[in-house]
Amino acid sequence: MNPTCPIPITPQSQVQLAHGEGGRLMRQLIRQEVLARFPSSELGRLGDAAVLAVEEGELAFSTDGYVVSPLFFPGGDIGKLAVHGTVNDLAMLGAVPLYLSLGLIIEEGLSLDTLRRVLQSVADAASACGVQVVTGDTKVVPRRSADGLFLHTSGIGRIRPGINLDARHCRPGDAILVNGTIGDHGMAVLAAREGLAEGLQSDTAPLHDLVQQLLNQVAHIRFLRDATRGGVSAVLHELAEAAGVCVRIEETAVPIHPAVRGACELLGLDPLHVANEGKLIAVVAAQDAALALEVMRQHPLGRQAARIGEVLQGTPGEVQVRGAIGRLRVLDEPAGAPLPRIC
Amino acid sequence: MRYIDEYRDPDLVQMLTQTIRRLVSRPWTIMEVCGGQTHTIVRHDLESLLPEGVRLLHGPGCPVCVTPLERLDQAMAIARRPEVIFCSFGDMLRVPGSQTDLLGVRTAGGDVRVVYSPLDAVHIARDHPDREVVFFAVGFETTAPVTALAAMQARRLGLRNFSLLVSHVLVLPALEALLTDPNCQVQGFLAAGHVCTVVGFAQYEEFCQRHQVPIVVTGFEPVDLLEGIWMLLRQLEEGRCQVENQYARSVHRDGNGHAIAAMAEVYETCDQTWRGLGILPSSGLRLRDRYRDLDAACRFAVEQIAVSEPAECQSGAVLRGQLRPVDCPAFGSRCTPEHPLGAPMVSSEGACAAYFRYARRPTAQESN
Repeated sequence: MNPTCPIPITPQSQVQLAHGEGGRLMRQLIRQEVLARFPSSELGRLGDAAVLAVEEGELAFSTDGYVVSPLFFPGGDIGKLAVHGTVNDLAMLGAVPLYLSLGLIIEEGLSLDTLRRVLQSVADAASACGVQVVTGDTKVVPRRSADGLFLHTSGIGRIRPGINLDARHCRPGDAILVNGTIGDHGMAVLAAREGLAEGLQSDTAPLHDLVQQLLNQVAHIRFLRDATRGGVSAVLHELAEAAGVCVRIEETAVPIHPAVRGACELLGLDPLHVANEGKLIAVVAAQDAALALEVMRQHPLGRQAARIGEVLQGTPGEVQVRGAIGRLRVLDEPAGAPLPRIC
Repeated sequence: MRYIDEYRDPDLVQMLTQTIRRLVSRPWTIMEVCGGQTHTIVRHDLESLLPEGVRLLHGPGCPVCVTPLERLDQAMAIARRPEVIFCSFGDMLRVPGSQTDLLGVRTAGGDVRVVYSPLDAVHIARDHPDREVVFFAVGFETTAPVTALAAMQARRLGLRNFSLLVSHVLVLPALEALLTDPNCQVQGFLAAGHVCTVVGFAQYEEFCQRHQVPIVVTGFEPVDLLEGIWMLLRQLEEGRCQVENQYARSVHRDGNGHAIAAMAEVYETCDQTWRGLGILPSSGLRLRDRYRDLDAACRFAVEQIAVSEPAECQSGAVLRGQLRPVDCPAFGSRCTPEHPLGAPMVSSEGACAAYFRYARRPTAQESN
């Protein structure tokens, strides 16, 4: 005897509302598409929460939502972003990332193939970073209630004793470094969305290993921050404000890929305001600047690292830029998303 | 990067600055026409490099700034309609109308989209036959040829759901109006390089002779502007009055024939209201009769919308070069990019926005 269901569930090519409603379809989706891709035994238990062993020392805990259009773009996709973004947030405190949660908010009608590609990308990125996805959640919302797929990750990392990165440790004379070209991610996504230009690649990348190299080899790292939305400008403003110092950068010292620069010139955007997903700003003591730069340049994610400025005594919160022809100006903070100009 | 770095070269800047200093024997007041030039001047603090007594006035060449308030309100009335997809260049979205801006209309449910070319709006119309697609055709002679091409393409594709809300303006009539103002102090113009790339400068020659005012067609980078300023000051010092072309790598005397032909095919000149300046004769473009069916103002019956400027905004005086943005009592306090009273504070080419972004000088001293 081999009983079969008289109304078999036929394979679907799109996500349906029922995939999020707790029944058989949902369990099937989670087993076939999620568990198959993530090796964690904690996740496999399908418990209400993951159980994690606690070590001595301090934990870093961070959370972030990911919305991007298009879901796939040159150099990356929303899955990679969701891993790298949270890994990087942990890394900026000096933490070694260990565990991630993964929340999916899926718009009804999303192709299962798209979902599979994104989940595989999350799995590959997590594995490459050495982090485990240990808990998760899946929701399906009606058509037009979301834009295809939103992801949400939270992360836990462990901070070694003795590490204490904080903007308030910055002192006049400290050097400001960046680990490579800026504006790549924002311009790549804009170009992909609007069909504007080719040759632009997102820089999405996990920075925890680069950070560990820095912390292992350089004595006086004061502060690290990944320059995501708002770009390098936003980080410098946060730094100047939190540390109560003035910072100055040299515009011509900031590495910018020629394609990004060209696209920014055409659209009237300032690369300092454009988003990155694999770039950090590091403030280090002046005497350690050369070593820190060397350590960065030895790392695959820091080949084009540059010293772009310094911390000064001066009006707290002020960010200065020395422009191409040598004049100093105050760097503005953009009011919202930059809008391309008319002509 | 070619065409950029050599025009921002500090040594060239230094050399031009010294040449200008050696040349000038008395005070002069000159105006750069285009908002893009204003931004370079303020961003790189070029004015501080000039000899004392040489004054730069900022002109009316910001397309966003001069779009009249009633046109903006008409745009928003159209954009609110549920059947409409309203397409615009990015920097029109934050320009305040009398009530709100286009971003506000979008937040309230309007389908407002940023496009990078008017032709993108034509494609949206083709892909959404059940919706009305409207493009907000603003700008000087730089953008008018492309919106004309959009009209021609929509006609060729037989699209019935595409229209233009036209608010194009022309540079020369505005300069004419400035010079006839008895308070005008302008002694020479740096003409807008991109406008002249399209229309050439043959018509500027007649203007220059009639008003006895020297003109230098000028580019947008620091070296371009300093060279243009030097050429203009040299004319003034020598008592000459000609049209000269600093931006020769882009501008030819007769302009771009294809662009001029497209404009002439679709548009004719008309009297036009300028925000802050009032009605200027023959200063705008409207659709010719054979393209009149593409007129969104007519299609959506918004032509009767009329509003007046907020009293506190002095953008008219700013656009005429009679008030420096920082001398406006509202500047930086009641008028900021987040809460603008007028368009010059929002547009990426607006003089007030340029001063707000760049003109605050650093307070820390040079450490070296």
